[in-house]
Amino acid sequence: MREIGDIEAGRLDAASLAANFADAHPPLTPAQAVVESNRCYFCYDAPCVEACPTGIDIPGFIRKIGTGNRRGSAQTILEANIFGGSCARVCPTEELCEQACVHTAQEGKPIQIGALQRHAVDWLMAHGIPAFTRAAPTGRRVAVVGAGPAGLACAHALALQGHDVTMLEARPKPGGLNEYGIAAYKVPDEYAQREIAFILSIGGIDIEYGKALGRDITLDSLRQEFDAVFLGMGQSAVKALDLAGETLHGVRDAIDFIAELRQSPKAMVAVGRRVVVIGGGNTAIDAATQARLLGSEDVTIVYRRGPEHMAATDKEQAWAQTHDVRLRHWAAPVRLISGTGAHGQDVAGVEFVRTMLDAGGRLALTPHRFVLPADMVLKAIGQSLAPGSVGEMPVIRDGRIVVDADRRTSLPNVYAGGDCIAGADLTVVAVQDGKLAAAAIHRELSGGM
Amino acid sequence: MADLRTSFAGIRSPNPFWLASAPPTDKAYNVARAFKAGWGGVVWKTLGEDPPIVNTASRYGAVSYNGARIAGFSNIELITDRPLQLNLDEIKAIKRDWPDRAVVVSLMVPCAEQSWQRILALVEATGCDGVELNFGCPHGMSEREMGSAVGQVPAYVEMVTRWCKQHTRLPVIVKLTPNVTDILAPAAAAQRGGADGVSLINTVQSITGVDLDLMAPEPVVDGKGTHGGYCGPAVKPIALRMVAEIARAMPDLPLSGIGGIATWRDAAEFIALGAQNIQVCTAAMHHGFKIVDDMIDGLSNWLDAKGYQSVAAVHGRAVANFVHWHDLNLNYRIVARIDQSLCIKCGLCHIGCEDTSHQAIAALRVDGQRRYEVIDAACVGCNLCYLACPVEGCITMVKQESSAGVLTWEHHPNNPLRQEPVA
Repeated sequence: MREIGDIEAGRLDAASLAANFADAHPPLTPAQAVVESNRCYFCYDAPCVEACPTGIDIPGFIRKIGTGNRRGSAQTILEANIFGGSCARVCPTEELCEQACVHTAQEGKPIQIGALQRHAVDWLMAHGIPAFTRAAPTGRRVAVVGAGPAGLACAHALALQGHDVTMLEARPKPGGLNEYGIAAYKVPDEYAQREIAFILSIGGIDIEYGKALGRDITLDSLRQEFDAVFLGMGQSAVKALDLAGETLHGVRDAIDFIAELRQSPKAMVAVGRRVVVIGGGNTAIDAATQARLLGSEDVTIVYRRGPEHMAATDKEQAWAQTHDVRLRHWAAPVRLISGTGAHGQDVAGVEFVRTMLDAGGRLALTPHRFVLPADMVLKAIGQSLAPGSVGEMPVIRDGRIVVDADRRTSLPNVYAGGDCIAGADLTVVAVQDGKLAAAAIHRELSGGM
Repeated sequence: MADLRTSFAGIRSPNPFWLASAPPTDKAYNVARAFKAGWGGVVWKTLGEDPPIVNTASRYGAVSYNGARIAGFSNIELITDRPLQLNLDEIKAIKRDWPDRAVVVSLMVPCAEQSWQRILALVEATGCDGVELNFGCPHGMSEREMGSAVGQVPAYVEMVTRWCKQHTRLPVIVKLTPNVTDILAPAAAAQRGGADGVSLINTVQSITGVDLDLMAPEPVVDGKGTHGGYCGPAVKPIALRMVAEIARAMPDLPLSGIGGIATWRDAAEFIALGAQNIQVCTAAMHHGFKIVDDMIDGLSNWLDAKGYQSVAAVHGRAVANFVHWHDLNLNYRIVARIDQSLCIKCGLCHIGCEDTSHQAIAALRVDGQRRYEVIDAACVGCNLCYLACPVEGCITMVKQESSAGVLTWEHHPNNPLRQEPVA
């Protein structure tokens, strides 16, 4: 154990790692699914449907599970949300459908909508049953930038209508944040890639990897070559703390740490003995919890406002806390402390200043400071759009591409969705963006019908 | 503490809860366990003439509903498949060991006087408290002109009952089949034959389901099925109606209520509609004999809470209110009231009324919030919304005060055969 710069891989044995990174929420058994589906009231004008960004007919799919029609159930889900399988795993259902469930109002115990959705979609995928049949080829070509949930949802819906889709993906694998940005225990067993293979099996979708907008391709060239373009490249740049010492060894972006955990064997991922995570969203939760599961002794999330202001839901916060992650609120980092350690200049800790809301409700600093020793500091304060040099770009406001209700940008035949436009940064919202854009593009390509 | 002791057809038991003639009462082992658990009496599974019948595998089917595994139950089992003497010996031993409990023996033999005479003598020698004539079994035995084949012909019911009364001093109970159009006919026949009481209902002819892979009715026996006898919670309403019909028409005929009884509340309902006691089978087969524990103290606590001194005090109390449709007050008005503070916005009240009834519940949005409101002028007071609402107390049916007096169909202006009110 080193006093400073104690970062290493393999803190836990293989069996502990396997147990720690197993499915966070094991699937319902068929019997459990039937019992749970029978709890559903099959509401009229069901509040859960309205709370789902993709508008899945939730009472409809649940009833089908209850009657043993799991194929129909999965179809109902996937028609509204082709990522129904991963949304079932990663959606903050406690703030969406399950929050709206009338059982929440009645007895505080909603139907387990996410778990039931997973049950139906998993059944269909396990049986290798194709959910959709592609229409005859139209000869129209659409470019989709970014093979994350928004891009893939758009591509699938267009391919379904017979259009040919070329996807341009900067990374070596498809999936976007589903593949690189979500805690491993939420989508174990290569689920993200299996789901994408299922989605791509519709045909008519070609993905070119290692192609980043602004680096390898320009929007101008895409607009010339294709009938329409969908931009779904997400937020690829990570926000900096803007503090001295960000280059110290041991300071890294939480999103990179999460990506490494998804792409490498867990035993190879190095983690600090004491970890400080700065931020208040799901990325902070996922990074901190996984650091603990890799064997960190002491993990603290520090957020500059209160628990109610965190982007991470109450359930996510509780999840981190049950994994012995400490949450400290009302504190902002002011200094990264360096020390001489194993790697030369290592991070040794973070100095924070306590914050509060002033009379006007604005965040204010207090005179009180404290230091948290750390071997590793993970930054999770958000990301931003990084378009690079792409030629003419659509109108961007507050770092997000501006779109209309059909996800149409200011440029003709250019659409956008997912994290690069405004709105909640959720997989399910990205899917809806892709779906709406695809519908608009299809109308356009079919002669404005 | 209310007095739970009951007497039915002259047979006394410490409580009104008997086990019906069925698999749970097939042997001394089961019956001893039942008595240990607290059951007041048993009707021993039906005895017949040797050689014993043979049973199949499988024997039971069930209707599952919304997660309830056995909402309805059916069987294709026949009468006892054990030798007569073995049953007689066990009955004798049980009655000796449990003298305070009722032990009644169910019987089914061919429709010949000497058959009944012979078996009655053997049964009487066991020291049992009475016999129950199985005129109800709707499968297997009926094809051999026993069971419901007798129960469906009032003349046979009367004839066999009379034979039995002539050949035994034991109380004779006639068990009725519901597989008839008019339950009063066999009940009256039993009474004419001298029966000391009737018990009902036996099971309802049924097919519980179809195995869609085998394309065979359930329960399936080697790829084929036959109709069975339906029982369990699903048949309770059918049984209640038949018990009430007899109670209303033949107030002197003692009744033992059977059919889907699983709780003390079910039992209280049968007793209120005219049963002296009740018999249980399916609930015990589903959950074991221990259910009687709650039946006993649940009934006792309810009697105490209502101030009834005994089970007998409840007997038949609801019979007078079981009237014919034309005796109902057509001026009686109720309308649905929704307690908005309890509403969970499921919309079931609206959609049922809107799609299938009277369009009397509006689906509104007030400040974006769902709100369901009763349209009084359209509400006919049918109860549908109240029944569909999943929240206890959220929808109530509220009586509307009216100066109009009672008006029955007999006097209603729309009735072409109405009788003018007496001035």
